[in-house]
Amino acid sequence: MAALLPRATKRLRLSPTSGFVCRDCRRSFASSIRHGQQQQPAPSQHVFQSDKTTHFGFETVAEELKASRVRTVFSSVAANYDTMNDLMSLGIHRLWKDHFVRSLNPGIRLTSTNTSSPHNAAGQTILDIAGGTGDIALRLLDHATTINRDTATSVIISDINPEMLAEGRKRFATSHYYSTTTSSPNRRVSFLEANAEDLSAIESNSIDLYTVAFGIRNFTHKQVALQEAFRVLKPGGVFACLEFTPRLSNPIMNGIYKRWSFGAIPLIGQVVAADRESYQYLVESIERFPSQAEFAGMIEEAGFIVPGKERGDGGELEGGWEDLSLGIAAIHKGVKPV
Amino acid sequence: MRTQISQHTFRRLLALPQPLRLRTFSILNRPPPNYPGHVPLTLVERGALALGSAFGSLRNPHRHDLIAALGEATAKPYFISRLRKAMLANPTGRRILHDKPRITSQTMSLEKLRQLPENTVGRAYAAWLDREGVTPDTRDQVRYIDDPEEAYAMQRYRETHDFTHAITGLPVIIEGELAVKAFEFANTLLPMTALSLVAVVRLKAAERKRFFETYLLWAVGNGLKAEEVVNVYWEEELETDIEVLRARLGIEIPPDLRETRKLLRDKEKAERAARDAKDRLGAVMGV
Repeated sequence: MAALLPRATKRLRLSPTSGFVCRDCRRSFASSIRHGQQQQPAPSQHVFQSDKTTHFGFETVAEELKASRVRTVFSSVAANYDTMNDLMSLGIHRLWKDHFVRSLNPGIRLTSTNTSSPHNAAGQTILDIAGGTGDIALRLLDHATTINRDTATSVIISDINPEMLAEGRKRFATSHYYSTTTSSPNRRVSFLEANAEDLSAIESNSIDLYTVAFGIRNFTHKQVALQEAFRVLKPGGVFACLEFTPRLSNPIMNGIYKRWSFGAIPLIGQVVAADRESYQYLVESIERFPSQAEFAGMIEEAGFIVPGKERGDGGELEGGWEDLSLGIAAIHKGVKPV
Repeated sequence: MRTQISQHTFRRLLALPQPLRLRTFSILNRPPPNYPGHVPLTLVERGALALGSAFGSLRNPHRHDLIAALGEATAKPYFISRLRKAMLANPTGRRILHDKPRITSQTMSLEKLRQLPENTVGRAYAAWLDREGVTPDTRDQVRYIDDPEEAYAMQRYRETHDFTHAITGLPVIIEGELAVKAFEFANTLLPMTALSLVAVVRLKAAERKRFFETYLLWAVGNGLKAEEVVNVYWEEELETDIEVLRARLGIEIPPDLRETRKLLRDKEKAERAARDAKDRLGAVMGV
């Protein structure tokens, strides 16, 4: 072993302080990456007719591609979705979702005055958009059943991504809302694979409550999705959206929050889910989402009445939403006029 | 006056060459990437990545991406620079750094390698891949090392890891991997290789004994004695006789791990069968 000492010390002596290499000898790493990848099949390219682009996080992509890119992101995050949500928000997402559902109070509580109405016997029809893994839908059904003793209310879970829906089916398989053995038409949860911008599978004026939690920032055309929501809701129906906001109002808290978003979240994604890129996309998509006032304006533009709103001095909407956790998330509601 | 002085100092700091410059970026304004896929990390992020990937890969050794991330997070400030200098100090290493060849399942055609003569490096490599049931599938891309050439050196180390397995004959089971990692530590001095040895706690008692008695000594001795394995231009050595290459590098092969384990397993099975037979005989005899 002692004979190996000179070799070992020689290894250590190779000091890295003088890093000079002439530029000609230093071919870029980039070209070696390209060489290594040149044998891989090239992605299918085709020329798009329109050159309309939209944002995908901080990237700019053709509009037609955004939906499929979002679908790919959620295919890869589906399996660890709930674990990652807990880690990224330190469990606070559960409080947000509980508050969201509680404030909506789904289900019809039968009292002495409304027992006679035939509408109430059928229960409410709730549509949960981008609700793949079913955490909102489960809360909605539990609230209706347990608190309002309403066993007729049903939820349609809709998502663009089949893997997320598969996770939802797994969650509901062990619940009593979706028994796979009976073929009873009164099953209280159903699954629909659809793009929120095209809900042609759902009749107009047929939904009592439309919820979308942490989904709408991924839509290519949010205004189109809002218009579809307006179409499928019954007059008097409620549109409710729980979504992240692009910035907090307090600058110090905003600084801390942004550093957590852009530093810790992709890192947790790398360590837990082996996928830094998807979580980088998620935090970038939050940056790109319109502010609460702008989004409330979009909801009004779709035809909804936004409760609690006032026009402030600058003409901006104020008060038409509810901030959660210092403004990290916000609940927007709209009512379809009767 | 105070602000003028600090601005002046700041400008002088920025004028320093890159390795000596203090980090002047934060999470919210990262500098542009130096190569495709590059993610510049701050010191805190790098520390957190090192800790997270260390514990993650210990819990789940199948997460190769975490072992890769651990390697990249712990390679700076000194170790990956030393490896690059070692490549530059050797003529073949310089050629590798200049050409920057990549090993993927496309660039290494296994059919051609299987047809090479019996005792060549290429044939041994293909045979090892078949025996262990692995492919030269694309290793994770290096992302967290800032200098492009050092990033390439790390990528080369990662892609030639299988060749190190082939030339030493060690299998992919955890015992074999630990022996190769110990060899690589003595040979390349990358901290990740030493940190992976913590996985010794996952070995069974008999395997641990074998590791400490035989393989660790072999690994450290050979790793120090041998030439830098990262300086071997594997693409050109595919048709070299493997014994010639081993002699040139100064590597002796350790006892065949799979054979040793198989012999021990067979012996144990025979002993158990004999014991069962004796018990059955005893039962019949009414003893």
